Amino acid sequence: MTLFEEVPVTTTDEIPVRRVEMRVNGETRAANIEPRLLLAHLLRNGLQLTGTHTGCDTTNCGACTVLFDGQPVKSCTVFAVQADGHDITTVEGLATASELHPIQEGFKDEHGLQCGFCTPGMMLSAKALLDENPNPTEDDVRWALSGNLCRCTGYQNIVKAVLWAAEKLRHDAPADAPADDGGEA
Amino acid sequence: MALDEIKIGGLGASRKRVEDNRFIRGKGNYVDDVVLPGMLHMEILRSPLAHARIKSIDVSGAWAIPGVRLVLTGEMMAARNLAWMPTLSYDTQAVLATDKVRFQGQEVACVIADDPYVAKDGCEAIVVDYEPLPPIVNPTQAMAPDAPLIRDDKVNQVDNKVFDWEVGDKEGTDRAFAEADVVSEIDMHYPRSHPSPIEACGSIADFDRSTSKLTVYMTTQAPHIIRAAVSLVAEIPEHMIRIIAPDLGGGFGNKVPVYPGYVASILASILTERPVKWIEDKSGNLISTGFGRDVYLKGQVAMRNDGKILGVRMHTESDHGAFFSDAQPSKFKIGLMHSAFACYDIPNAHLTATGVYTNKAPGGVAYRCSFRVTEAMYFQERMIQAAADDLGMDQAEFRRVNLVRDDDFPHRTPFGFLTDSGQYEKCLDIGLEAIGYADFKQEQEEARKRGRLLGIGISTMTEPLGAGNSREYDILGIKMFDSAELRVHMTGKAILRTGAKTQGQGHETTWAQIVAHELGIPADDIVVEEGDTDTAPFGMGTYASRSTPVAGAAVAMVSRKIRAKARKIAAHLLEVSEEDVEWELGRFYVRGAQDRGVSIQECAMAAYSNVPDGMEPGLENNAYYDPPNLTWPFACYIAKVEVDPETGVWDVLKMVAVDDCGVRINPMIVEGQIMGGLTEAYAMANMQFITFDEDGNCIGSNYMDYLLPTAWETPGFELHEVVTPCPHHPIGAKGIGECATVGGPAAFVNAVMDALKHTGVRNIDMPLLPDRVYGALTTGSDISGMPPVKTEA
Ligand code: FES
Ligand code: FES
Repeated sequence: MTLFEEVPVTTTDEIPVRRVEMRVNGETRAANIEPRLLLAHLLRNGLQLTGTHTGCDTTNCGACTVLFDGQPVKSCTVFAVQADGHDITTVEGLATASELHPIQEGFKDEHGLQCGFCTPGMMLSAKALLDENPNPTEDDVRWALSGNLCRCTGYQNIVKAVLWAAEKLRHDAPADAPADDGGEA
Repeated sequence: MALDEIKIGGLGASRKRVEDNRFIRGKGNYVDDVVLPGMLHMEILRSPLAHARIKSIDVSGAWAIPGVRLVLTGEMMAARNLAWMPTLSYDTQAVLATDKVRFQGQEVACVIADDPYVAKDGCEAIVVDYEPLPPIVNPTQAMAPDAPLIRDDKVNQVDNKVFDWEVGDKEGTDRAFAEADVVSEIDMHYPRSHPSPIEACGSIADFDRSTSKLTVYMTTQAPHIIRAAVSLVAEIPEHMIRIIAPDLGGGFGNKVPVYPGYVASILASILTERPVKWIEDKSGNLISTGFGRDVYLKGQVAMRNDGKILGVRMHTESDHGAFFSDAQPSKFKIGLMHSAFACYDIPNAHLTATGVYTNKAPGGVAYRCSFRVTEAMYFQERMIQAAADDLGMDQAEFRRVNLVRDDDFPHRTPFGFLTDSGQYEKCLDIGLEAIGYADFKQEQEEARKRGRLLGIGISTMTEPLGAGNSREYDILGIKMFDSAELRVHMTGKAILRTGAKTQGQGHETTWAQIVAHELGIPADDIVVEEGDTDTAPFGMGTYASRSTPVAGAAVAMVSRKIRAKARKIAAHLLEVSEEDVEWELGRFYVRGAQDRGVSIQECAMAAYSNVPDGMEPGLENNAYYDPPNLTWPFACYIAKVEVDPETGVWDVLKMVAVDDCGVRINPMIVEGQIMGGLTEAYAMANMQFITFDEDGNCIGSNYMDYLLPTAWETPGFELHEVVTPCPHHPIGAKGIGECATVGGPAAFVNAVMDALKHTGVRNIDMPLLPDRVYGALTTGSDISGMPPVKTEA
């Protein structure tokens, strides 16, 4: 086997197509896509999940943050093909039909958003934090959100919103649930 | 019984925001979320050079790509008289370049295709042959006698000057300087910055040949001005144009001007007869759309030994980029720069201003401020600090000596504005108390002995928010007033529409609160709509903190018109004369018999079912509000910082904000605005600026170079409130959205300069990057932020 095998040049009208299948917000979705398609664009344009926003395309603003097997990733910098076979959670997957997620409630209650453009990404980064660390300090929250930019709020109320949600989640958790110490994996 | 105003979500209620319900579910409707059947996608090819002649453009490569539907060039635009468009400041701006490119990032061609990726491929395949010309990156270079002419497209333009302008009393000021005991001088630069909402600009143009109607979804803070502009540029009758501003992912002034991408998408839709979507990428937004600031100052303060200021002189040189497309009232060439020193009692002032063209992106928008007020207040507060230092007087005391007193309103400012009200000294005292000023001198002394550098910086200011009045304020001749239209349905529920356009300020929540306050209809029973020119009444839009002062006032006024009609209906229902009807929140009653009354909802029902003889049925109205004056909020911001002498890094130990914005409609939202504004102030003082290298390459074309603060570095803020109701606003409110961005930067910079005072350094230009602070500390000299200029090798 050689490291490099020359293949015929592809003209643009025979762009290769890949089939991908992934779980998005708990539902299995499949699509035929160009390999260069970004995950953010598959979610937004292909699956009409427009709650995932794109603000910069350069992995800086975090507006496009989704959970990839539970970990926050910036979907503007993930190819959709990389998500093949994986589990994706977007903002649309946070609430159930009847109930908001405590993080969503917290953002509203503590005025953690203004224009709302950064909010989906912020909430998903916050969820990843609280899944690992149910009892974060203010610094923990600020650090966990430091990959998400907000131009409107000045962050203070976002931090409060996440702490509000943490408190509510701890309160709501059944008393006999196994304690999660949130320590290093 | 009158209703409990807080319970119904009236004035003063920290009502949770109604718009949040969709945003937290990811169900906002931003422009990129809008999908129309058969929609095509447009991408823009931009110039890589700052200044170059276009020798040729070969678009054949783009046309060869399957899926490409249209390629637009300047030549094609010119054939339709669309290669140039008017700016909001009576200049012209190229839509797509024909002759030359005049800044890096200028729009050169557009590709319209089935898919945005293919449109990008199309842009890649276009070959442009440029002949580079010498670039101009700052005003000194622009005004050099042998400088190349940037705007050779304009007849009668012989140099790179945009304007010379002056205001104030020159003779009086000269006399004041002649009589002064001490004259303090300081030069500085307010660097170019970009408002940079997280959502960039975009549009979807949809021209329907069968009806001749053009609908454009657009990221605009001022849809009605855009409708007028599109009508003029594209020669489409105004009633055949519908501009819809959907949810905006922030604006901060960036989404006021008309951009080439909007115009190109409109022409593309007309030519293809399909909807055409253009979504700008971040880099395109940062390098080509409305920037803020970029002004140089020479400032002088004349004082008596006792601290009394006798006069100020300011000379500004502003860098407007390649096209004068500032968004500001047409009478005032350098915006409201002459609102400087409005909070101080100063008898004489004189300002001269020169604006120049450079090979940089155009704009000069009011970036979270009321038309250059940010520069004005920064210069003011830096001049005040330097003057206090030069005089050897305590910075707080120096302000106290010169601040306008509470019984001195209305007060004529040194440049002729009339401020309305305030309690300046009270705000200052609250701030000093909160920061611990009394003990600070000693703390600073002791820290310095141990090698630690502490500083406190104060910024006190009042700023003019809420243009007009329409006598003095217009954009392109369109008078600056605003509007509201209220329809009360028969069940007492209502819909309110205004000419403003929220971008995160929460109008859907707060406007309903004003109606609740005036009519007693619970805020939850009122839906608010903005941004669609086919349904909203004409208004000038949302920027320069004008929503509450102008549109908010219109909301109160239209509610009062509704109440006046409801009163007549109430008299009819109660079978008494109108004079015998009294009002309390939510109901009318018979004077002397408070239990005999009808609710506003009963009046609404009667308006549709049982009106008195001769009265028109229905309960709706509109109001156009032309404010008698600007509103003048006051703020005192005080920062305490520590500078690390080893690295030049500085940390905010405490930041105190005392804001008096009059009556607060929704305190929660007001505080949110203040915290957001303080963060942008911190950003500008600390890290956020756009500069250019000697070739005119934009440094700051993405979020790796253009640094915005994250949750990690943004300090916490301590907020305090003072309320002096605005005497001429119907509910006593003043603007607030921008105060902290305007007044905040000087507090941070003054604090760092205070920490460095012992070194003799008087000025470091923003942002106070560690290397600048370290450089000043180690050399003992001031640091200028002027961009480098290419010299002959
Ligand atoms: S859009 Fe992905 S990080 Fe900004
Ligand atoms: S709420 Fe507007 S960017 Fe965060």
